Amino acid sequence: MNKIISAFVAGIIFGIGLTIAQMVNPAKVLAFLDLAGAWDPSLAFVMGGGAGVAAIGYRLVLRRPRPVLADIFQVPTRTDLNARLIIGGGLFGIGWGIAGLCPGPALAVLALGYSEGIIFALAMLAGFVLFEVYDRSLLNNKKKGKANA
Amino acid sequence: MENFTPISSLIGGGLIGLSAVLFMLLNGRIAGISGIAGGLIVPVAGDWPWRLAFVLGLVAGPLVYMALGGQLPAIQFPVSSPLGLIAAGLIVGFGTRLGGGCTSGHGVCGVSRLSVRSLVATAAFMFTGFATVYVIRHVMGG
Repeated sequence: MNKIISAFVAGIIFGIGLTIAQMVNPAKVLAFLDLAGAWDPSLAFVMGGGAGVAAIGYRLVLRRPRPVLADIFQVPTRTDLNARLIIGGGLFGIGWGIAGLCPGPALAVLALGYSEGIIFALAMLAGFVLFEVYDRSLLNNKKKGKANA
Repeated sequence: MENFTPISSLIGGGLIGLSAVLFMLLNGRIAGISGIAGGLIVPVAGDWPWRLAFVLGLVAGPLVYMALGGQLPAIQFPVSSPLGLIAAGLIVGFGTRLGGGCTSGHGVCGVSRLSVRSLVATAAFMFTGFATVYVIRHVMGG
């Protein structure tokens, strides 16, 4: 139960941060991505501020033997670079550049009732589903391949 | 540059970082939105309630901010055609899951740990983000 409350609170703080940083405003995000237009560098400060606080905070937190409410820290340890990472990241940037919304702001803007935001968020969820279908079909093909070999 | 807002951007970004640190301290996890939300598509027993709670908190964030007396920023959607929004949403959903993260998981959490994968993914989505806006606004002239 505590893990659920802490996740809810972390989500609220995250959503307030996105609001103050104006990342819930697609026009602001697109102005940042428009290097050749009336460029608004603000978003670099959002990412810089976030990464700066996280860099210091993570360093302090990860000295602990374990998290307060869980058994282990689940920090990604992979270091390999593969096509999925680069193609996935590249695709994401294209969608981000079209609409000016990434997953956090797409969810945070939902309760404000903009139809554009709701359409985008539903399509994004459909994209999540599409990925699961794609990922599972790959997994099944691998299994079949092994069975045939 | 008339809309440049370095102070509120730093404060907002700092809160995002604070959320990420708090979530690591308490739950021991990375605050990556696409991973947290995407993990709800095929729910795993015992694993989904905290994911849903985080997402609901995220949705409630702007409302809590207003309730605390904060003023919402202007919100404009330069692309408002359903077709454009649907295409963009699909690509963002699929791409972030394929690439294992988005602006939060890779761009903030991963970059702060100097994760090589996150630095590469962030470079990839920044590059295509810049390129896409360039093509739409300055080549196609839309």
